[in-house]
Amino acid sequence: MTDVFIIVLGLVMIVFAILALYLKDLVASVIAAGVLSLFASILYLIMQAPDVAMTEAAIGAGLLTMIFLLAIKKTKQIEDPND
Amino acid sequence: MIKKIFSLIIIAGLLTVFIPIILNFSFQTDLPDVAKSYVEKGSKDLGAMNIVTAIIVTFRGLDTLGEVAVLFIAATGIAVLFRKNAINDKRPKQISKRDSSEILLTGIRLLAPVILIFGIYIFLNGHLSPGGGFQGGAVIATVVLLLFLSDSSYKINHKIFGFIESFSGVSYVIIGFLGLVLMGADNFLDNRILPLGEFGTILSAGAIPIIYTLVGLKVGTELASVLDNMKGDIE
Amino acid sequence: MNLILILGFMLLAIGFWGMLTQKNMIKIVIGLTIAEVGVQIIMISIGYIKERTAPILDSAVPLADAVNKVVDPIPQALVLTAIVIGVAVNALILSFIIRLYKEKKSLSIDDYKEMKW
Repeated sequence: MTDVFIIVLGLVMIVFAILALYLKDLVASVIAAGVLSLFASILYLIMQAPDVAMTEAAIGAGLLTMIFLLAIKKTKQIEDPND
Repeated sequence: MIKKIFSLIIIAGLLTVFIPIILNFSFQTDLPDVAKSYVEKGSKDLGAMNIVTAIIVTFRGLDTLGEVAVLFIAATGIAVLFRKNAINDKRPKQISKRDSSEILLTGIRLLAPVILIFGIYIFLNGHLSPGGGFQGGAVIATVVLLLFLSDSSYKINHKIFGFIESFSGVSYVIIGFLGLVLMGADNFLDNRILPLGEFGTILSAGAIPIIYTLVGLKVGTELASVLDNMKGDIE
Repeated sequence: MNLILILGFMLLAIGFWGMLTQKNMIKIVIGLTIAEVGVQIIMISIGYIKERTAPILDSAVPLADAVNKVVDPIPQALVLTAIVIGVAVNALILSFIIRLYKEKKSLSIDDYKEMKW
């Protein structure tokens, strides 16, 4: 049961990691990275690390995503196609 | 194209290092000796229910002091990078920001104190349940973030934030030296300068709740000032 | 079963791949955060012990037998430190990127060649 859950969770995490790297809209890719952090915090909870899960959910998925969004707002949202 | 092939070779090299590690890996079946002594001493000598908190605050207290210092240096660096006259753009741009709706403003004003109390609850209970100064500090920074998002004219009071930040940093070091003075020469940041109390109650584990409260206040104000600097006034 | 370790190493490889191939500087930082998550998962899986509970000595764990009931707390403390430091460092990198963008109005790493030898 737990193995199946971990396999599904891991596949979803890898899909979101690849999405975060290859989406052209930077806001969408930052949100994908945030979702990756949130799933990682679920994984920490399964592995009996509630302290780390809490930190990852509050800091990695919440604050870091917001810092990225503030940086994108000050620069440019769409990636140049000729890059 | 050559760059991509080169990157592919590097990743392949990494994988050849990883695969033997994965194949030879097996989960631990017993705790290592250091962890054993931490688990035993953390409950018996320090009176903390949460062993992770006992390690972070007391056993590896000096590391946490260094970590808070790194956080402070990063926040200072961000403040230096965004200082007003470092950015060439002198003319103030007039951006007509639309005011937030009444519902949003009132909702955030209702929510902000509740979230603030939740953050304080997290770091006060750091020795009893999961959580602690870093998580509670992040929750407190979230309150400031919500106020920024709802009210475009909201500004944090830099005097109060700076005072809280420096006060908690200085008190953290003073508590560390109190351990040296009261408990003997090799007890920097010892939590037994206060009575341990009854195991499992909120007023237990000596100085751990006080130290974690100070860490929480320091982390919260630092992350809030990072968000404030990155938001900035200049578009 | 070391599925979790495989997942950690795959995320680390994906993160490195992104850092090496992407041109956009914000994408490079995103690659760094993915690699960070991979390293954290590896470290947590090293401390995991089967059929044991979290290192919190509440009513579920008898005090006398705690050593045989809890997982390894040291990697958890280290990862907690790593997450907080990682956020501070990422915020600093993003501030540098914002300053660079204000100079040249470009996010592509190829436009910044002054420091290249």
